[in-house]
Parts: sequence; structure tokens; C-alpha cells
Amino acid sequence: MSQLSPEIDHLLRRAGFGASPADAETFRDMSTSAAVAHLIDYEGRPDDVDARIGRADHVQVTSRDLFAPDIDIDDARQRWMFRMIHTRRPLQEKMALFWHNHFATAYSKLVADSGNLQAAKMLAHKPTTLRGPQGQIELFRQYALGNYRDLLLQVAQDAAMLVWLDGQSNTKGKPQENFGREVMELFTVGVGNYTEPDVYAAARVFTGWNLRESVGYRRDDMNAYQEFVYNADEHETSEKTFSFPIYTNGSRTIPARSESAGAQDGVDLITALAVHPETARRLARKLWNFFISEVHQPDPAFVDGAAAVYLRNGTEIRPVVRYVLTSPWFNDPSMRFERYAWPAEFVARAIKEVGWQGFSLDKVRSPLANMGMLLFEPPNVGGWPLGAGWFSTGTMLARTNFAATLAASQKEFLAVSLESEGRTPQALLAAMLDRVTPAPLDPIPQQALMSYVVAGGTWTGAAEQLNTRAAGLARLLVGSSEYQLV
Amino acid sequence: MRVSRRLFIRDGVATVTLGLTAPAFLSAIAQAQGLPSRRLVVIYLGGGNDALNTLISYQDSNYYNRRPTIAIPAGQVLQVGVDAGGRALGLHPRLGGLWNIFNEGRLALVQRTGYANSSRSHFEATDIWGTANPQSSSGSGWLGRYLDTLPRPVDALAAWNTSGETPRALLSGQTGVPAIPNASTYTYASPNRGSAALQERTAAQIMATNPAAGRPHLAFVNSTSRAAIETLDRVALATSYTPTIVYPNNGFGLALRTVAGAIVRGVGSRVYWVQTGGFDTHAQQGGSAGAYGNLMGTLGDGLWAFYSDLRNTGLLNDTTVILFSEFGRRISENGSGGTDHGAAGLMVALGGMVRGGLYGTAASLAPGNPTLENNSGDVHFETDFRSVYARVLDQWLGVNSVPILNGDFRAGAPAIL
Repeated sequence: MSQLSPEIDHLLRRAGFGASPADAETFRDMSTSAAVAHLIDYEGRPDDVDARIGRADHVQVTSRDLFAPDIDIDDARQRWMFRMIHTRRPLQEKMALFWHNHFATAYSKLVADSGNLQAAKMLAHKPTTLRGPQGQIELFRQYALGNYRDLLLQVAQDAAMLVWLDGQSNTKGKPQENFGREVMELFTVGVGNYTEPDVYAAARVFTGWNLRESVGYRRDDMNAYQEFVYNADEHETSEKTFSFPIYTNGSRTIPARSESAGAQDGVDLITALAVHPETARRLARKLWNFFISEVHQPDPAFVDGAAAVYLRNGTEIRPVVRYVLTSPWFNDPSMRFERYAWPAEFVARAIKEVGWQGFSLDKVRSPLANMGMLLFEPPNVGGWPLGAGWFSTGTMLARTNFAATLAASQKEFLAVSLESEGRTPQALLAAMLDRVTPAPLDPIPQQALMSYVVAGGTWTGAAEQLNTRAAGLARLLVGSSEYQLV
Repeated sequence: MRVSRRLFIRDGVATVTLGLTAPAFLSAIAQAQGLPSRRLVVIYLGGGNDALNTLISYQDSNYYNRRPTIAIPAGQVLQVGVDAGGRALGLHPRLGGLWNIFNEGRLALVQRTGYANSSRSHFEATDIWGTANPQSSSGSGWLGRYLDTLPRPVDALAAWNTSGETPRALLSGQTGVPAIPNASTYTYASPNRGSAALQERTAAQIMATNPAAGRPHLAFVNSTSRAAIETLDRVALATSYTPTIVYPNNGFGLALRTVAGAIVRGVGSRVYWVQTGGFDTHAQQGGSAGAYGNLMGTLGDGLWAFYSDLRNTGLLNDTTVILFSEFGRRISENGSGGTDHGAAGLMVALGGMVRGGLYGTAASLAPGNPTLENNSGDVHFETDFRSVYARVLDQWLGVNSVPILNGDFRAGAPAIL
């Protein structure tokens, strides 16, 4: 339908956020394999997207006062949506979204602990002028296609995570199980591959993995911050035995260590969990659902293949994603439109395809919340309910109503840009389907769309008619069931 | 049948309401099936409620020994008497609303509910409470299977979920449940006005009728769209309700207000689902005040408003509320002034026909006591949660609980209804 080949359209929906007219220019003459390389090996292209915020030919952002995405969560949300829409590295942004769901951390709990400013900073700080470590989302960008074991270690020492799963108060007197449990249940091996005693042992492993405040810390000071500290005298030093091997020699026991050497316990456990075969398989299944299909169960051969690539490459993610995107399953035409778009993906793609003239991203906050996906606010540590779980009557109405809001904002722009195609109803519908890319339309929806275009009376192509029907078509297409599939 | 058409503009976007005046407002299916006289409201406390600080065994010295900073002082609890095991109990001081209902004889407290080998995983445990099968955390839910017993075709609003995602308890093979997290935005918007907006709604409705043969995922989204359009007008009717009482201005209070509106306006839903989160209190949960106290305040104040509103409108005797959480919490507080994941919990029922009182017996929190498990770390269950479900299904919803629960759990069920 669009101006790109079906292969590249598919690739850009899955490994990016769809194609704007400018993206179509970039990818038009590329082979599929060149496009895959372009997406995966993104370091060659500048990460200049944030510098383009506020430029006239881009989607707008709106702030109550100064735009402060490092310390204000609503501004951070706008910056992230801006990046999804305008980045030159769409796969990096896509993987950041994947990790945000995988390590789901919610702003609201951080606020209860440290106040709005510090909570936003822990999640979204991009170090440029302010002091303190990078926020969690910047970590996910840095490790988007990086080493999973290293990412896991960074996450275990990430301020937002230490507040979110209470590691900040994990002490030898009373070990805290929250992180110890979730690191196995959700971040690595999954339920069924660890025992309750493993949870208690893991809690002890991470005793002393706490937070410290910057000198003169005040929560409303934008230069203040919290950062990871290993509190040696809060570490529980006795040995810890697990139900699975910790070391390559098969040993299941982390030895007793002195307090000063005890930080190694956590490194050993994280390494063991990262290279556990069940972690490899679990990540493979999650990547299948994220990139290939939520309709078909992961093919066992795919899971074996992706898990093997992961383990063979020392838990590097880039080779795994390359394996995914070049696999026969990804490129099987019957797998197209077999994923349910996450609300943030849906919104970014709709804006890229319909247009953003004068549209501000502060208008997507409430719609995204109503669709069930406020960024930086996953419902719980398990992340969002994916796949069919995104869809209920209420969330579907939120999607269609966002389509209406967007279409209303682009009314004039659509009418002007479709002026030459607007001479016949057929040409108008065809032109809209060049920009907006739902899954293939069966005859019933096709006829309903055509009836809608001509329902206003004899077609003249006059400005007012074009105004109404082009916006209405954009609303119907973006709000269609077909468009919710990617 | 009188048709009223209203069109109003919000944010430059037209909202189309195509309404019929009540009582013709009810869908033909709901009318044909008759107005259900009994409704069930199910409330889920997300995160694992600390039952030991909801209903406090305030004469158990081990309660105070094991919870040095978060225990509720005996002098502050709202006393509810002595249970069958001779233990004196009291509600959290912020549960004044529930205490009022208890004193009216319409609040049942079912202690130590759960199942053997309680899961400590939020997700697995929540799913088990949903499936009503401790051996399986996947497949349909007990309320979904109840909805499947209703005669076909079933009304699109047979059940009403006030949260955005469908909980496993409501999952069914045959009956979709609309999710209405925010009834005021449960509307159909258009970039156009007037006849173009109405034509657009018609087109959207027709597009969603596509059966999408061979594309089950598309068919699923289409069915969701159809259900949304079908239920719009009745949801608008419910939101037009003006309560007889002021509800607390928080998510839980507003959800209960919406449910009251649906009940009073007679939209015909039989089951309502409400959930409220924040109960995963691993750190700094506080005692009488603080984070947990605020959770209790939200809970008690919201339910008292709901109870009072229904009493004022004469609908209390047709409404039963049951409340649960996926597990209770560890007996001893942790080093963070919070509690980790535990086992048995507390179920609560309230309503005009509920037989109020204390059911079951409190655990003894002394290490080594047989009412405990996990090296005396957690409370062991006494009442199978499925027996409470059975009671509700058999005695309140008037269906046979055995096929729905895949077993007979009536024996030993607390006689709350």
C-alpha cells in the first residue's frame, strides 16, 4: 500500500515505529538486508534527535514552563514520544521500549519515596548539564542492543530499580526479598526454574546493595541525586546455596566472603542467571512476541536458535536481534500484522503517517493513559499486559478517539496535501492508503470506507468536502481494527 | 420509542451520543433476559494485602514482637469482638467505614482464606485466585465461567469491569466483558460534526462487523470495537447518575461511584469488577498512619460511601460485595519497615443480605504454632477460598457452583450469605 516494499514496511513497523514520508525517502532505494543493517548497526548515525526538539518541521512539545525532560515526568514522556517519531535510530528506541517493559519500573512509587523531581530524574535524566547518574531509560538506550548480563548488573545498581524493588533497604539484619524474587521470576529464568529458598538466598546475596544521597541532598534540588552504593557492613557474609549452578564448575553455592569482598556475590548470581539456559529461552520467547508474532506460539526451532545465538555470543543482544530480523519466521509474509500494536507504538506510527503539523505531544498523555500505557507507569513489575491484553472496549475507544483528535488537528494539512488526489473518491481513498498502513482491508471495511466518502452527497472535490472526508478517513483508518495490528 | 440526539464539542473533537431515553435504553437482550435482581461486586486489592494489619489480633504478644514498628497499638484498633478460637480482633483504625458496616451486621470477615502451597508470585497467585484452581494459573476464570452459564445471546454489559485490563477471573471462552476504566471518556469522538460525524460512526460500526475469516486476531479486535459501540450509550446513562452521597475523590471511590450509577440506573450488569493497588508494601508501610493507613482509609471510606449510597437508593439488599487479595504478607516485618510476600489472607463480604460477623479463626503468631507455615514465617490457610466462591455462586447468584469451580467446595463454606 505504501510507497515502500511490503518487506521494508513490515521491518519498519516491527523494528521501528512505521515510516513517515521522510523515512520513506531514506528507505526507498534500500534492499531489505541493507535496511536491516541500517536499523541494527545504528551507531554510525548521529543520536541528534533531542537537539531537534522545538524545531518547526517536527512534532511539537508543550510544557507548563521551561521544558525540563530530565526532571519533569510529563516532559520526559514527551521527549520519549518525540524520539520514537523522529529518531534516526528507530531500533534503539524500540529496544528501549522493550527493556522498559521487561524491567517495568513505575514513576509513582519513586515519587512516594523521593518526590516528583528525583523520581523523574531517576527514570529519565540524560546527563548533560545536571549532576548525577543517567536515568533508567538512558540505561536502556545505552544497552538497547548491548550485553544482557551487563545490563542486568547495571539494572541491579540502578537508582530507580533500587527504590522500585526496595533494594535500598536490603540489609543483613532483615534481607529484603523483592528484588531477589523478581530478578529470577521476571528478569531471567521465570517461574518454575527457581525455588522459594532461592528467593531467600538471593535476598541475602543483595544485602548491602543500597543507595546513597549526594552531598547536601535535597529532593527538590535538580543537581541532587541518589546513586548505588555497596554498604559492606550491611552485607550478610555467609554462604548462599541455590537450586541451580552458579559457577561453570557446577557449584551451586556462593562462598562465604568478607564484607569488603561481598559485592561479588551479586555479580556471581547475576552472571549465573544471565547465562542460565532458561533465561536464554525466555528472552527468545519474549523477542518472538515482540518482533515476530503474538498470534503464533514461538516456533521451538526459533527459540532454540535464538537462545543458542545468545549463549554463544556471551549474552550479547545485537546478534540475537540480527538473528530475529533475518530469520525465515520474521520474513514469512504470513507473519505480517500478527502483532498487536502497543499504545505508544500505535500513537507514534499514527503521527508519523497522518502528520504532525502544529500537533503537540502533550495531547497524547491522557489518550495513552486511557489506552493503558502511560510511559514510565507500567501497572506492576510484570510490565503491561501485552498482545490481546491491550484490547478492551475502553482501551479500543481510547485508540479510536485518539485517531479523532489527531485527524481533527491535521484537517487542513490533509486537505491541502491531498488536493490533487481529491478529484475522485476512489483516488482520495487510495491516497490515504498510501500514507496510512492498516493490515489488508477485506471487502466489508473497504466498502464502508467508500460509502463514507460519498455519503455527503455528490462528490465535487471542493475544499470543504475534502476537509471533512479526508479527516474522517484518517480517523476511520487509524481507528480501524486493522490498524491496531503491526 | 423516543430518540434523542445530542452532539457536543470537547477539545475541538465532537462527541456523538446517540441515546434512547430510559427505560427503553436497555438493550433488547438485557430486557429479554429480565433485569437481574442481584448483583455481585468483586474487589481486588492488588499487590498482596497485609491481612494481619487489616484485622488485628491485638492480644497476641507475638504480633507485637514480630512487628516492632508497624504493629497497630491495641488501644487504636476498632474492636469487632472475639472469634470462634477465642481471639480478640479489631479493624485497622482507618477502617472506620467498614467498622460502621460491621456494627450494622452487614460485614463478614473471613479469616485465613487461601489454599495449600500458596504461590508467593503476584502474577501466579492472582491468576490462581482468578482460575479458582491452585494447580493452574492459565485458562478461564471463575466469573467468566459464571457468565458463560447465562442464556445466549448474552447482553454486552452482562458484566462491567472498571479497570483497563481484563483480569483472569473474568476471562471466558464465550462472554466478553467491557472494560470501562474511565466512564467519562467512554465516548465516540469524531474530527467532524453533524451528519459527517454520524456517518463516520456508522462506517466504523460496519467496518467492525467484518467477520475476518481466517484472521482470528483481527476478528477479536473487531468484536472489541463492536462491544464498545454497543455499550456506549448505556455507559453514558450510568455516568449521568448523581449520587446521594459524596464519594472520596480517588480512583477507587470514583470506580465505586460509577458502579453505583450503573446499578441505580439499571443498566443490567450482574457482575462488577473493581480493583485498587498499592498493597505490595515491602517497605515503609507504616502502622496506623503512613502508606498502609492511607490504603485502609481509601478502602474503608470508599466502601462506606458505596454502602450508604445503595442503602439510600434502596438497592442494598440486591448487592453483595466480596473483596480479596492474591496473598497475605509475611508475619515478621522486614528491615525496610515493610512486609514480604506471605500466604493466607482475609476475605471480606458486605451487603444488605450478608450475615455479618467473624468467620474462621485467627492464627497464633507464636513460632512453631500449627496455624503457621514456611518455618512459622507465614499464616497457613484455614478456609479454602473456593468455598467462599461456592457460597456466592450457590446462595447469591443462584447457579450451581460445582461445574463452575470444577468441584464441590460447599462443605465448610462460611455461611456469609
